[in-house]
Order: sequence, then structure tokens, then C-alpha cells
Amino acid sequence: MTMNDVPKIITSRFDQGDAHTLDGYRRTHGYEGLAAALEKTPQQVADEVKAASLLGRGGAGFPAGIKWTLAPANVWPRYLVVNGDESEPGTYKDRMLLERDPHQLIEGVLIACYAVGCGQAFLYIRGEMAHAQERMAAALNEAYAAGFVGKNILGTDFSVDVVLHWGAGAYIVGEETALIESLEGNRGMPRLKPPFFPAAKGLYMQPTIVNNVETLSNLPWIIRNGVDEWNKLGAETSKGTRVFAVSGHVNNPGVFEVEFGVTTFRDIIFDPKFAGGIRGGKALKAFIPGGASAPWFYEEHLDLPLEKVAIDRAGSMLGSGAIVVMDEDTDMVKAALRLVRFFARESCGKCTPCREGTTWMEKIMQRILDGHGRPEDVALLMDTADNISVDFMWPPRMTTICPLGQSATTPIASAVMRFKDEFERYVGGPIELNVTVKGAAFIGPPTRKKEGSGV
Amino acid sequence: MARLSSENLETAYEIIARYPVKKSALIPLLHLAQEQDGWVTDVAMAHIAELVEVTPAEVIGTCTFYEMFKRKPVGKYVVNICTNISCQLLGGEELLHHAEQKLAIKAGATTADGLFTIEDVECIAACTEAPCLQVNYRYFHKITHGEFDSLIDDLKAGTRDEIPAHGTLAKVRQHIPAARRAGAVAPTDRAEPVWLIRNRQEGAS
Amino acid sequence: MSDTAAPTTVAITVNGVAVEAKPGELVIDACERNGVYIPRFCYHSRMRAVGMCRMCLVEIDGGRGPALQPSCMVSVSPDMKVFTESPVTKKAQDGILEFLLINHPLDCPVCDKGGECPLQDQTMAYGPGESRFVEEKRHFEKPIPISDLVYLDRERCILCDRCTRFAKEVAGDPLIHFQGRGNLTEVNTFPDDPFSSYFSGNTVQICPVGALTAKPYRFKARPWDLEEVESTSVVDSVGSRISVQSSRDRVLRFVGVDSDPVNWGWLTDKERFSFEALDHEGRLGGPLMRGNALGKLDAKGDQLVRATWAQALGAAASALTEAGPSRVGVLGGARLTNEAAYAWAKLTKGVLGTDNVDAQLADGLPADVVLGLPRATIDEACTPGGVIVLLGPDPKEELGALYLRLRHAVIEDRATLIELTPRSTGLSKFAAHRLHPRPGEVGELATALVADVAPTRAIAGVEPAAIAAATAALRSGKPVTVILGRTSLAEGTDAIVEAALTLRDGFPGVKFLSALRRGNVHGALDMGLSPGLLPGRTTLAASRAAFVDAWPNVPTATGLDATGILEAAASGRITTLVLLGADPLRDFPDAALAKKALETVEMLIAVDLFVTDSGRLADVVLAAAASSSEVDGSFTNLEGRVTAVRQKVTPPGTARADWMIAAELATRLGGDLGLESVEQIRAELAALSRIHEPLATGAFGDRDGVLITGGSVTVAPRERAVVPKSDAYSYRLIATRSMYDLGTVLQHSSSSAHLAPGTAVLLHPLDFDQLGVEAGARVKVSAAKASLHTIVHPDAGVPRGSAAMLFNQPDADVGGLLDARAAAIDVRVERV
Repeated sequence: MTMNDVPKIITSRFDQGDAHTLDGYRRTHGYEGLAAALEKTPQQVADEVKAASLLGRGGAGFPAGIKWTLAPANVWPRYLVVNGDESEPGTYKDRMLLERDPHQLIEGVLIACYAVGCGQAFLYIRGEMAHAQERMAAALNEAYAAGFVGKNILGTDFSVDVVLHWGAGAYIVGEETALIESLEGNRGMPRLKPPFFPAAKGLYMQPTIVNNVETLSNLPWIIRNGVDEWNKLGAETSKGTRVFAVSGHVNNPGVFEVEFGVTTFRDIIFDPKFAGGIRGGKALKAFIPGGASAPWFYEEHLDLPLEKVAIDRAGSMLGSGAIVVMDEDTDMVKAALRLVRFFARESCGKCTPCREGTTWMEKIMQRILDGHGRPEDVALLMDTADNISVDFMWPPRMTTICPLGQSATTPIASAVMRFKDEFERYVGGPIELNVTVKGAAFIGPPTRKKEGSGV
Repeated sequence: MARLSSENLETAYEIIARYPVKKSALIPLLHLAQEQDGWVTDVAMAHIAELVEVTPAEVIGTCTFYEMFKRKPVGKYVVNICTNISCQLLGGEELLHHAEQKLAIKAGATTADGLFTIEDVECIAACTEAPCLQVNYRYFHKITHGEFDSLIDDLKAGTRDEIPAHGTLAKVRQHIPAARRAGAVAPTDRAEPVWLIRNRQEGAS
Repeated sequence: MSDTAAPTTVAITVNGVAVEAKPGELVIDACERNGVYIPRFCYHSRMRAVGMCRMCLVEIDGGRGPALQPSCMVSVSPDMKVFTESPVTKKAQDGILEFLLINHPLDCPVCDKGGECPLQDQTMAYGPGESRFVEEKRHFEKPIPISDLVYLDRERCILCDRCTRFAKEVAGDPLIHFQGRGNLTEVNTFPDDPFSSYFSGNTVQICPVGALTAKPYRFKARPWDLEEVESTSVVDSVGSRISVQSSRDRVLRFVGVDSDPVNWGWLTDKERFSFEALDHEGRLGGPLMRGNALGKLDAKGDQLVRATWAQALGAAASALTEAGPSRVGVLGGARLTNEAAYAWAKLTKGVLGTDNVDAQLADGLPADVVLGLPRATIDEACTPGGVIVLLGPDPKEELGALYLRLRHAVIEDRATLIELTPRSTGLSKFAAHRLHPRPGEVGELATALVADVAPTRAIAGVEPAAIAAATAALRSGKPVTVILGRTSLAEGTDAIVEAALTLRDGFPGVKFLSALRRGNVHGALDMGLSPGLLPGRTTLAASRAAFVDAWPNVPTATGLDATGILEAAASGRITTLVLLGADPLRDFPDAALAKKALETVEMLIAVDLFVTDSGRLADVVLAAAASSSEVDGSFTNLEGRVTAVRQKVTPPGTARADWMIAAELATRLGGDLGLESVEQIRAELAALSRIHEPLATGAFGDRDGVLITGGSVTVAPRERAVVPKSDAYSYRLIATRSMYDLGTVLQHSSSSAHLAPGTAVLLHPLDFDQLGVEAGARVKVSAAKASLHTIVHPDAGVPRGSAAMLFNQPDADVGGLLDARAAAIDVRVERV
């Protein structure tokens, strides 16, 4: 792995071999943010985080400081749930944060609990991450013994238990309401929002803050260095740094912490200090900008900054910071099938369109790939996808409770709309589609030139 | 197959006590049962139902939602090979086929000697290290076919002590010392946290 | 609160048409009330919406532009615009329907649901002409039994969560559950742990496809061959509304009907499947009399043989005449309709002139207590935020539909439940205060509850802190309802009556909901089938004069109750005994007395649907028509609510309505009841009982019936019962009923007859440990009157020092241990 050298907030200890121990962590400013927070009032800490406009790093990109204010006043208890169920294909960052810098997360959790007034925190780690669970358990045990967690933290009246909880294999549990269901011991099936916005009716129907591992890991730095320092980093609407995993057909796949909203896709994919370009000198065919659910991007999107608003406008999403690069030799039908299969296998089964539709789409695509497809099967595939994501809007129209079903349609729409010829080769004839496709990333290169660029 | 042993029962009580609502301990207890027996037996599920005060049907409902819980015996080593997009692009499917040939079983099956089960799995969050796999949820990054073969040979020879038998996840458990315990906060505990009250009063004075 | 009252309507538009919705109403309901039906599969108005089938997606514009939303999860808001016919809505709904059909088998021709299937209906109306799905459908093993009564076909299941939600939310028996994930999700039980819920049949009724089918109805009929009438279930006193459905003059099923004040559409399995008893092979198709092995009549014969109505009625009439009023007794009447009960009251109290009539079998409460306390409706008992005191039997075991209402009130509507029962009940899990007084001592407990000063010591075995906490709840100012009935058959009624009167006097405004269990027992009491009563909730003492003109021969003094009648019969003071649907050998809480009485009387006349255990000893058996679907009439439930029962099929053979039998007997006794039709009975009743006027006007004929209120019965205070002190080796006996027992109707419902759980003695775990035996070991249980052998189990729901047993079960005769005159019964439990 290669790490870039500018700037480092949350990955700063990744090369420090003992950062996962309490001693190692404290040697590099560990728990100083917590101590600083406890010197302030909870309201001051909350205000500071709000001012930092720390966008959620889990996928939806909602500002954490605002999320904290959504809990209804004077309703107690409140809970904090840490979403460490990282499983979006292409995404690899939370696991490293858990394994290499567990105390940084614990410190972030404590700062959040202090500011919001959470009575108890639950750290939900993906089941398959045994090493991360071990590191977190050891770190929590050390932190408890040293007085950083539990009763009367650092001698104050601030007390909170942080409970390590772990899952058992279900992608959908990464969705925050499903995560709460799972934490309650239930099947991880999402709840409808509204009325079940976690901030109001979350864990045990109490106000619950659900934050991602990366999001919370930023808090110690923000409190220690102040919001002004933080706001010097990043673009207007996307402050601080963000961690991206660049995988696939690149010379130097890796996890990179970059300044948020400033770096472009071209930088992170091609710059030698990041992913270093396409393997074997091949041409770029497509890339997924934000995890398996995101509509695909192409050559023409390379100069977009890694910034939420710009990417949303271009018809995709930054999601969980997962950039998957596909070179010119990639079989796009095969790639799309693999992603559809993923969603079909991970559908929770609650909503009809997703439960039935994703499997049906997988079966049609498998048939096409196996050479038994007919040209009209591609139209059927798109029509079926259209029944889950009506008119292929972006963001999609919701025919289901959570977006998993719609996510399964994005690789299909991306592949069929852009690489129809590859499907035609598989089905042996011209394909006629009779669906309306509205998502910007599906229908072609942006015709609008960069504003003010003069190019 | 059995109910939880007395030692595991102690662990179970400790886990349950961390949660405001007992049922929340269901998934950790299913893991504990799987750690004990290598898979989740019906007897263990019925025992867990008693412990968290739900019906066995509710336990099996939760259990079967999560693919890590095995309701039939599996190999001592469960080999999970990722074939999702990042790994697919870099040979994950080929690695899976190689593994199937090496162990002479299809994905989902267990070798006759009971040592290995292969699974074709979804993304395991090591995308920049593709192709990757896990053995009993321990990672192996950028695996070549040759490295895969040596790994299997080592496991057969019993020289990979760092990998526990299937069922054991973290080898370190969380333990909250009684003196440091802040306590589970029940959803019916309607009191505002003391530090908020104190700060508000200090702010007002 | 603001000065202006909360708005009572919310203005919305549906497809451009302005309509009025109720505040907080769901869009799907608001549209339906205004004539726009939105298709749905998972939504059910009596359960929490889950929004998962997605069939009810419509475009809703709440001010930020139209968006697809499930109309079962969205409440109306002012100026909301709903589009149920827009292209986007239609596109989404068509897509859902196609998705639901891709894995649904096309076996409608052999599916019980065919013809009444929402999925089939939707598909016929809006579905695609042909399937575009060419792959293999999902496969599961074809129907599997998930309980003794219900089969599950997982291939037909569309995973709407109705059955599983019902099991968890409504019944509280989450024994079926989703299993697996995604496309392979299925509903199933835990292995070898069946869906043995008392309410399982409701899942069949609410299944929107044919995935769940009821064993007693499978392949019996097609919906288009069925005719139906709406009637009332007579199995217990809740009076759940049912649809009686028949084909070719045979009842093939009962389906629950949603009566808002009563059963909300739910039925117990016992009620639902009781239709099986109607054409059970043991059903009487004509009268029987004693005879010999050749089938010839012989008064000394050892068997019952067929007789003509003329022979049977003649023999009965002459025995009644010969005995004279003082030596005649009549037991039972709860099986009868109100009209039949009136006819029998007139026959016995107006023609025969005897007051030895009791519709109860000493297993309920004295009639003055039931009729004379301020009465509550079910809705009043279930007032959100109210206080419910359970001083009666376990509603889950005896009054299932009421149990569901009470459970809902406590769980969903935050009612506070206080239990004053001798042991835990099906509601204990939800009770805020579980006070389990020693049998026979609840009167003292009630006195402590109303006292100004909290007790300093345990009362009736209940700790002072628990009493103080319950007192605080009772004094919270919220409405208090006492569910009042017989807490145990092994304790007398005096303590319960004392407790009820103490609560009445101690907490002004408290109301009582009767929990007498048996069928139309409240109708029978209203009609005077109880010593000292006359029709119209009035007493002989108060209203004799008013009846003398209408009835030829009104008794002058109060007669004997069931215990008195049986004692008199056993000692030869009563010589002719009529069992009006009563089976004292099974139901009277002193089996030895009942046996002696039935064996001693000279003439035993049974009027019944079957030859019961008691009926086997009868000299004359008169075959009656069933109240639920073979006669027209009315039924009075435990609230005093009168609803209609309607005839759907003809009774078997020459069996006839109970009121006709009364009229025939009267004729043969030389009188004339003057009753020739049900309508005439109602008119005569209304003339004598003002409160029953709605029967004459037909005002009770709607689904929810009419609540009969008023009456002049008052409760006589009782002396405190003296409970003898137990010795240290004895346990206080608790004898209760379970849903399934050896009751007549149940034993003739072939699918459910074997469900009676059997006998065991249950002890508190600490008491059990002292016994030094394994769970399930055989023990001897001895009372003063008798002893029996059974098995023993620990049960934390039984207080220390008590021993709990089920009454009227196979294996052991718990009735033999009982004594109808005892305030409490002590037993010893010994290893054998």
C-alpha cells in the first residue's frame, strides 16, 4: 500500500505500528481531543462540529453536525450507534480505521456522546472483520481500564458505556435503520423513513444518532485543532479530508486520504502519488465513483472534483469513497451481472420489487451471459429495472423502503445505455429499448461545458 | 451439539447485561454458540431463546437472515473467496475456480475430510488488495494460485495456528470491569444525562 | 392547548377531487372511505402498517411535488394531493403485481383461496395478460402442517408479513417467523415447535393468497358455492361476530367479522372450528329414551334408543307433572338463544312454577353480582391509558377474543393492568401489578387495596409494597374497570364478591365487565334463568306482581341454585332434573355430588345437541338445534350487548329449536306458552321488560347489535368467608380451565378435540424442589374428598404454597377434588 503524503487527519497513524495500543495512541496526541471537549460545554462541542460541516462519510453525505441536532429536544435516553458495517463493494477504509487506529474512533464516539447527551454507545462492526473486532475489543478494554470510557470519564460526571457489537453477514445492515433492527436482535430489514428517522425513533424507538466510522474518527482532530484549521481544508461544501479506496485496473491500488472536494478523479486515478494510472498502459473504459450502487462514470467525468454536489449533479454519487476502475478490456456485461448478483443476494426480501426484481434481473443477465439471451431480453431487463426504478431518475424514485433495489438497476442502466453493442454481441441482434431513462450519467456525456473555464 | 456450556453461559450473561434490551444480545450469542459447536444447532437456538426471552422461532428468524451463521456443520476452515467487482476485475473468479479444483469441491460444499468449506462471497472490504480471501474471517491479500495452494497445504499440515477453527471470531472479548461500568441505559430511563444538566445549570448561573 | 378546537377533518384531493379525511388517517383509508380503493396485500387495518408489499404505492404530493409513497404508511396532511391513477402510479403498481406473480404458482384451480383471493382479483383486473417470466419458479415442499389446524404452502406465499405480524402483534405468539433472506425468504416455524396458538386460524383468514389454509376447510368448497349469513359465535360469552358460510345446507366454515366494539374480526380457533361439531356423527337427529339392546323402549333399559318426539315429550311432561314444582330442578340454559331462554324461563317459572332454575353450574358468580354492579363495555375496559383490574379467570384461556382486546389495550394503548388472580395468567407478562392472593383471601386483599393506610405486612400472601403500588395505580384518577369472574373453581365466590364490592365502594366510578364464560349465559340470566330472577334483569321479589298477569303460575319464593339443586337431587328431594345443555358431570365443581345427583333422580331429562357424559344417564334426551347457525334468535354477550344469531342450515333430523321444545312441553303440561314465533317471543319479552324493547323493534340486528343497559337487580352484601388455615404440608388448590378441555362442543369438533393438554399439578419451583422429584414425575394429589394420581411440573407462575391444576381434562378427575361449598381447598402432593 502506498499512502499519499498530504494531508493526513484520520490516517495519520496508519504507519505507526503501535497506534492501536493505548500507549501508542496517547504518544501521538491520543485522547487530547476528548480532554479538550470535556473542557467545553456539550453545546460548544456540538456547535463546533456543526460549524465544521463534517459530511457523513458513510454514503449519504449528510452533515454530521446537523444530524446531531435532529434529535427531538428533551427526549431521553438518546443512543449513539456507530456504523462499522462496511460492505459496499469497492469500499475499504473503515476496516483500516478500526484495525489501525481503534482509539481514534473510541475518542470520536466519546466526543459525540458528550456533545449529544447519548446515554450509551454501540459500536456495530461487520461480522466478517475478526481482526477489527479484536483490535476494538483490546482497545476498549485498555480504554476502560485507563478511565477513558465508562463511569466518570477522566474524573468528570460524563459517563457512557461503549458496547462492542458485531454483525453476522448482511450487506443491508449498512443501511442505518436496518442496522438498528439488527442491533435490536432482529432481521436486518430497513424501516420506512418517515416515520422511523433514527434521530427521532431509532434504537428501541428512542432518538438515535447513527454515524459512520470515518465520520466519527475525524472528531478528535477537529476538537483538538479547532474548526478553523479544519475548514482550511477542502472545498466550499466539502470540508476536511476524505479517504478513498481506488481498486481495479490501476497500477497502484490503494487507500488515499485526500483533501475533500479539491482533488479530481483524474488526480486520484492517474497521479503517481495516488493510483498511478491504468495498468499496462491500457485505456480507461469506465469507473464507478462511489461504490456498487453508483451510476458509472467515464472518461468525460475525470475532471470532476471528488465533491458531493458536483457528482450528484452529474448523475452519480460519491457514496462511500470507493472508486473502481475498469480498463478497455473489461467485459461490461459480466461486470454488470456481478453487481446485479450482489444486490440480488443481499436483498433483505422486505419489499416486493427488490426481492423479486433483483433476482429476476440476475436470471435474465445470467441467461444473456450464458449465450441463451434474445435481443428482447435486454428490453425486458431494462423494463424490469424500470419497474424498480421508474424512469431511471437520479436520485431514483423510490418504489422500495431503502435504495438497494434501485441500486441494482444502476449497473444495468449504466452498462446497457453505454455499452449496448456488447449486449448485442451476446444476444446476436439489435436491441430496441422502450423505456424512459432520465439519470444524467446513464444518458451520455455532459453537454454543458465547465462554467467559466472557457474551454 | 448442545446448549451453551457453563463457561459460555457465563460469557452469555455478561454479554446480555451490556444491553438495555435482552434481545439485542441475540447475534452475539449466536456467534458464541457457533464458536462452541462450529455451527448453530437447533438446541443452542432454543437455549438462546430462553436466555433472551423470545421464542425459538424469533431466534431462527434472525439467525437465518445472516449468512455467517451456519445451520449445518461446515469445514474446520471456511475459505471465503471474494468475486465481487474489484476482485472479479483482478482474477477473483479464476481464483475461486482454482480453489474448487484444488479442493475438488464446488463452492458451498465441504471436503470429505471435514477440513474445508469454500464459499463464493461478496465484497469483504479489501478491494485494493484484490484478489483476496478469508479463512475463518482472517484475511489473505493479493493471493496467487500458488500462494493459495501453499496456504491449503499449511492448513492441512496444521501449521497455521493463528487461524482458529471455524466459529471463533475475535480472540479478544470486550470485558467491562464492574467498577468502570456506566451501565446499560434502558429506553425507559427518561432522565436527562447528568453532564448536560450540570452544564446547563452552570451556563445559567 | 390552543383556543380553537382541533380540526375534525383534513381537506385533501384524490385524483383532483376534493375529499375530507380524518386527522391522522392513513391515505389508503381516507381514499377507501371516499370510494377510491387502493390495492394492497400487506396492509391490514387492525395491524401496524409495514409498507412492504408496495402494492399501495401512489403518487402523493405533500407540497414538494408528487413522489411515490406507500399509502398505508403516510398520514393525510392539509392540501395533500393523491394520485391513484397517474401514469407513474400505474406503472409502479403494474410492476409490483408482475413481480408478485413471477414466483406465485398458477394453481388457482386447486387453491382454497381461488375465488376470494386478492392477488387473483388484482391480476384479473389489472394484471398482465401473460407472464414474461420464463425462468424456473421458486420451489418449496408443498403444503406443510405448521400446527394441528393450519397448513402452509410457501410457494404461494407473497411474504406480506400479515400472518407473522398477527402472531407477534395481535396474538402474542410469535411462533411463525420469516426465515432466510431476500428471494429465499419463507415463513416457517422453529423445527418441531408448531404454531400452536389459540388464534392461529386468523392467519388463514387474513392471508391475501392461499398460502395458509385451515385443515377443517381444505378442499371443502369453492367460494362461489358458498352462501353466508352474519351471525354471532356462541362458543363463549364474548359474542364474536361471524360469517356462517355453507354449501348444500352444510356449514363449511366460520369467518371472523370485524365488529368494532367486540372482536375486531378475530376469533379463537375454538370458535372458528366449532362449526365442525354441527355435523359431527354424534349429533342428535331426534329424541332418545331408555331402552334395551334390541332398540326397544324400556324405562329400566341400560341404553338410550331412538324414540318419537311424542313418546319423549310425553314421558318428560308426565315426569314433570308428577314431581310438582318443588321437586323439579332445571340446570343450564347458556347454550340457548335469548328467545329460547325466555321460553324456558316461562315454561319453568311461569307454567311449572318452580324457581329451582340455574343457568350456571356453580362455576361462575351469583347472578345478582353479574347483573347488579355498574357494567362496563369492552371498549370502556380498554380505554387508552385506563386501569384494568383482572379479578376473574384467565381471559386467554376462557375468553380468547376478549384477551386480544385487553392485550391490545395494555400493549398499544398503555392501559395499566392489575392482576388479582390466584396465579399468573396469559396477561401477566404485560401486567404492571401482579398480585396473586392466596385462594379464598382476595377479599382481604381488596380491603387492603382501598385502605387509606398502606399495610405493613403481607396480606393474603401479597407483599405490602406490591399492594401500595397497585393502590397508587388505582388512585391515579384514570378510569378503572374490573374484569370480574370466577378466578378459580377451587375457591368459593364469597371472597370474590367481597372484593368486588370493596373495589366498588373504594374507588368511585369503577365499572365491571363480567367474565362469565359460557356462551349466552348473560342472556340466560337476563331472561331469568337463575333462582330469584325474572326476565328483564329483575328479581322475583320485586317483579312477581308484574308477571302474575302474564304468566299462569309464578313461584312465590326463591328456589335453589345449581349446588342446591344437585344436593336436593342427591338426597331425593328433587326427583326430576332437566339438563338444558348442561353437563354437570364435566362442568360442576364437585364431580362426586354431580354423579350422585344424576344417579339418584328418578327422571333425568337432557336437552342437547349430543349425548354428553351426563346425558348418558338420562331417561329422556331431546334433540336441540344449534344456536349458532340452525336457528334465528339473539345473543347477549358479557357486556349485555344483544346481537343476532341467524339460521343458515336446517338442524339434523328432527332436532328442533329449544324454544319450540319448551312450547311443546308446555302444551303437554296442559298449558300454552302462547309462543309461536321468535318475533312473538321478542314482543312478549319487550312488553314485560322495558330494557329489552330493542329486541321487539329489531334494532339489534346490525353488526354491532345493541347494548342493553339498566335493570333493577342489586347486590346483597356477603359475610366474609372463613377460610380454614392450611397446615404446613398442604397446598392451596387453584383449579382453572384451559381453552381446550373436555367441553361438549370442543369434543365434537374433530380437528381440535385432541388438543386438550391433559392434567398435571403445577407448583412454584421452590415448592417443587422440596418434593425431590424430576419434572414430569407421578405424584398423588389428595384433598379432603378424594385423591388422584397425576404428574408434577414446576411453574413460576404459581405462588408459593399453592398448587395449580386444570379442570375438565383427560387423565384425571380434578372435579372430584372440588367442593362447591368450600371457601378454599387444601391438597397434599406426595411422591408415589
